[in-house]
Formats: sequence, structure tokens, C-alpha cells
Amino acid sequence: MPVTVKTFASFGEAASALSSDRSARYLGGGTLVMRALNEGDVSISTVVRATDRALTRIDMSSSRITIGAGVTFARILAERDLAFLHAPARSIGGPAVRNMGTVGGNLFAPAPYGDFTVALLALDATISVQGGLGARDMTIEEFLQSRERQSGALVLAVSCQRPASADAFRFRKIARIKPKGGSVITLAAHLPSSGGRISGARIALGSMAATQIRARAAERALEGRALDDATINAAASVAAEGASPTDNALGSAWYRREIVGVHLRRLLSGLE
Amino acid sequence: MTKTPLQFRHNGRDVALFVDGGVNLLVALRELIGDMTPKFGCGQGGCGACSVLIDGELHLSCLTLAETVNGRAVETLDGLRDGPNLHPLQRAFMEHFAAQCGYCTPGMLMAAKALLDRNPSPTRAEVIEAISGNICRCTGYEPIINAVLAVATSGRARA
Repeated sequence: MPVTVKTFASFGEAASALSSDRSARYLGGGTLVMRALNEGDVSISTVVRATDRALTRIDMSSSRITIGAGVTFARILAERDLAFLHAPARSIGGPAVRNMGTVGGNLFAPAPYGDFTVALLALDATISVQGGLGARDMTIEEFLQSRERQSGALVLAVSCQRPASADAFRFRKIARIKPKGGSVITLAAHLPSSGGRISGARIALGSMAATQIRARAAERALEGRALDDATINAAASVAAEGASPTDNALGSAWYRREIVGVHLRRLLSGLE
Repeated sequence: MTKTPLQFRHNGRDVALFVDGGVNLLVALRELIGDMTPKFGCGQGGCGACSVLIDGELHLSCLTLAETVNGRAVETLDGLRDGPNLHPLQRAFMEHFAAQCGYCTPGMLMAAKALLDRNPSPTRAEVIEAISGNICRCTGYEPIINAVLAVATSGRARA
């Protein structure tokens, strides 16, 4: 069914168009919205686009980096200074999907997709959105909890603190097919440390609930402790706490619960 | 619903057409221009059969809104050969038996071209990564990988 395509030069106009039409969807890289249109999703009658360069800007001028929502994964991989995000970017699709898929779109990707968002959740990212009531920043957790209601808002950018060291941020995607495949589970860990002890640990999981979630029990098990075998085992044993995975073709909910601790242990131990 | 005018460069030739809102590039290429080389596989971005180059970058035409290529250059398999002369990749695919049913071949060739255009001497791992978005159910991939590597090592990549 034909849809109306509205293209705007500024993100403000696009945000207004998006918020004023419940059947409008924002088209970023196309990997989600075009799929829906190809499937004949009749809930979409208007496609909104913005050609605003502000949406494809990357600001790395401080320790806090800001990535425009329209930045593609191929672009992230081309930025040497974003090396800590290369593993999550590379885990997504094949080269064509990475040339098209965007950071902003990944925030809306349902399981078994949305792997980049797992990384952003572990990094405590902030999401800048523009809705009918203006622009505002929200934590990524707040965004994910209200994701179903965010389709009328335009994501402008994501920002996060750069990890203190390469070892402080770790990412692991478990897939059936390598190098490309949907996620059985995805894990990301941000492990800031102070005086040899972990302070402010963040563990994020993908495909373990309807949206990406934090493994809070595992985070508590790490907090204030050295990353030794005992601590890692304690965190791994509670990795599935609070998770509510579902069955799909890639794995059952039971299987996901069984393996999440195993892979968290490997991630925290630095094992491949 | 009104149609949208669209102009772009298709395999080095300017084309102008009108498209319905929401039409993807694959439909525009096949049904409006008559270029049947990009294939419809899944319509979901999962198989790579519809792969084309947009401004030299590998894209999935089924997930590309046709209007977004306005003013840009689209390359498909149809533009790969030079008159009667096949592209080195096409010759290598024949020499290495890299096609059986042939349905994935247009997408595989475009993915391989995208790789060799930016990296004429890829490693085996880089070739595997480059075609990882393209599914082949016949060959088991090995002949395809060998064909791409043969072009790379022969120095014919840019021919």
C-alpha cells in the first residue's frame, strides 16, 4: 500500500511531523521501517525523513562522546577514536546492513536485534529526543522502558562517557551463525575500577527480556570487589535474575537462562 | 496518491521515473527500469540477493526507500560487464564454479566488488566478512570465497 513520504531539511520539522501523526514512522537507515513496509504493515501511512546533517554528527571533543542518531555502524567502524564501540558495531548484520543501519534506529530494534543498544545501556548512555513538547534528554533505561511510546518522538543523538580503558568495557554477542546472525544473547559490561576494586559496574543483556535490560544482581555482586574468580562466579550465578527471556528460533527461554551465566563468566574473565 | 519524481544514475546512465510513496529501490529497479539483476529474496535484509552499490557503498535495495537515491549513483550487476567482456569477478565465478542456482550470484558479485574496490588485496577472513550478509544455499561458500580471492591475487580487481 503506498504511503506518504515527507522529507524535511531540519530535524525540528521532522519531529513536529512525527509527533502530530500517530501513523507516521521515522525512516533512518531503513532496516526496520522498510522491512515493515515490505511486510505490508498497514499501521504505517506516513514515512518521515530528515536530511539534517546534525543527525549524522559525531562529537568526540571531550571524554563524553555524542553520536548523532543517523550515524551508521560503518561510520562508527571507520572512527579510530570509537574503538571501544567497534565490537558492538561489527556484531550487527553484514556490511550492507552496517552501511545502512543507524545508532538511533538500533534503539528501536526488537530482540533478537538491538545489539548496539546493549553496549549503550552498559555505558549508561543518555538519549536526546525531540517530541511534540520540545527536546529533552533521558537515560537509556528510561527510554527503553517507554520505548513503545517513543515512536512519536525523534531520537536526535546518544551520548556516553568514554570508558577509562579498553579493558573497562567488554562486549560479547552469542549467535548461531558467524560472523553474522541474530543474537541468542548479547552481553556488555562496563567495569570502572578504583584502587583495584570495581565501582559503578554496569552489566547489560540483550535477548533476555522484551527490551535490553541491566543485570542488577550481577552488578551488585561486582560492586566494591576485585575482579577475581570468586567475584566473577558470584556475578555469573545471578546473571539471569530479573530476566524474562522468551523462546524463539535461535534459542529457548530455558536455554538463555542456562547460558547467560556461562557467557558472563567468560566476558568478565576476559576469555574469548 | 501522488507519485514522486526520481532521477538517479543507473550503471552510468541517467534515469528518470515516478515512484509511489514507500516503494523500495529493488521494485524501482526491476519493475520500473527493467533491470532484473538484483533479486528479491526475503524483503527483510536477511539474504543479500538484492545487494547493489549506492555511491560505491554496498546497500540492500529492498530496504532502501527509492526516493533516497535521488541524485545518487546506483550500480547493479547489469553494469558490471564492459560490453561483451565480463568483469574479472564474473569470469572468476565461472572458473571456480561459484554459482549453482545463481540466485545469490548478483548480490555476491556486488558484495565482492564493494570489497575489492576499497581493498584490492583482502585476506580470506576479509572476504568471508564481506559476503557475510549474502546467503547462498547451494555452494557452501568455499567456491565463492576462492573466486574472490583469485581475482584479488591476480591483480585483476580493478580491471
